[in-house]
Amino acid sequence: MEAREQLRILGQIGDIPSLSEKIRETNMFPLCAKGIDILQINLGKRCNLSCRHCHVDAGPHRTEIMTRPILEKCLEILSSFPIATIDMTGGAPEMNPHLEWFIGEAARLNRQMIVRSNLTILLEEAYRHFMDIFAQNKVEIVTSLPDYLETKSDRQRGAGVFGKIIAALRELNALGYGMKNSGLRIDIVHNPVGAYLPGSQAALEHEYRTRLLAEHGVHFNQLFCLTNLPIGRYLDYLIESGNLDDYLSALCHSFNPAAVKNVMCLTTLSVGWEGSLYDCDFNQMLDLTVNHGAPKNIMNFDMDKLKNREIVINNHCYGCVAGCGSSCRGATTEED
Amino acid sequence: MSYYEPKDLADFPNITEWAQKEGNKFFEYYGAATGAGKLTEREKSLIALTVALTQNCPYCIDAYTTKCMSLGISSEEMMEAAHTGAAMMAGVTLAHTTQMRKIIRKKEM
Ligand code: SF4
Ligand code: SF4
Repeated sequence: MEAREQLRILGQIGDIPSLSEKIRETNMFPLCAKGIDILQINLGKRCNLSCRHCHVDAGPHRTEIMTRPILEKCLEILSSFPIATIDMTGGAPEMNPHLEWFIGEAARLNRQMIVRSNLTILLEEAYRHFMDIFAQNKVEIVTSLPDYLETKSDRQRGAGVFGKIIAALRELNALGYGMKNSGLRIDIVHNPVGAYLPGSQAALEHEYRTRLLAEHGVHFNQLFCLTNLPIGRYLDYLIESGNLDDYLSALCHSFNPAAVKNVMCLTTLSVGWEGSLYDCDFNQMLDLTVNHGAPKNIMNFDMDKLKNREIVINNHCYGCVAGCGSSCRGATTEED
Repeated sequence: MSYYEPKDLADFPNITEWAQKEGNKFFEYYGAATGAGKLTEREKSLIALTVALTQNCPYCIDAYTTKCMSLGISSEEMMEAAHTGAAMMAGVTLAHTTQMRKIIRKKEM
């Protein structure tokens, strides 16, 4: 669905108050960034998978790939400013032909590096070498595994995907990923397989850890719970299954003012495959570039204008502030 | 107006109306009794779901089915819990036939 159409649907939410109204009630409006700690780079929309929950609408048919000049500009910015974390996402970042070079260059800057990998691609011959590249450069891997049950996980990500992720996890564990004192981290992202919100991150992490170890012999570091935002393919699913209204009202009823203070866009800047700048990867998929006077493309990067920019919010943002909050690093508030 | 409208579930926090003090005390107790303790949140949610099913409460069935899903509890696990509840209800019914049988024995010639 076109971004404009998604925004139109998100603009008509019946008697549910708009998110900006809710934030106004808490006196935190407008939301403004507090610096840039994370540069999240979307290396392209190509992916070997076509998951049902994908907010990027990624897949093998997509051709959008970040070019080397844009990656060079990212490196220039990273070396000029103390941005702590480089977060590489996609699509499948491995399908960008410049990734290996980029990781090598970025490693010299001595920052935390994260790659969001679907892991299945690491079993393909052409991409297998990335396991070693990630390990050698101490890149933290974050991977999505919606459920510890194969049938449920595969319903969202496609038949056979669960088995491949487990196989890749075993190989990564053998390299040290997820193992004590190795310095190599692998974190798992859980997101609900359906029209409901994630439960307690601590309870789910315990369950994942116990079951993945007992049933598959695999280890990981942390589990991050991610609330599905009502955009992209997930929005299609909500509409087709007749769940949109209930889902939006569940999000609204779980609105947590404490989570507003911790939304990830306050410290993140997201770069699209063609260099456009966004407050987050979700806004990127809705074509909502940074606004309120901040430069819209990385080629015009201006730290002074970006570091305290006003965030562009819309009703999809309810997903980040429901319950314990949700971000690319999981829940954003402490549980009760 | 009809009975049991799904959107009425959202009215649950308002049951404190007209008896604020008692209502608040109930919620305090409810929170303590259903939150993780020596039993995990998962275990307590399955108990709550089973009670909701046996007591035919549509609101609690809705709330706790969703909560169980949120906690990663599978359909198979929920169905097993429902059978435990169903077996308990059958057992409770049949155990009470002791009363019935005692009365029959006493009163029949
Ligand atoms: S969710 Fe990730 S792995 Fe799945 S299609 Fe989207 S980018 Fe690819
Ligand atoms: S979806 Fe909205 S609240 Fe969430 S990170 Fe993006 S801009 Fe911020």
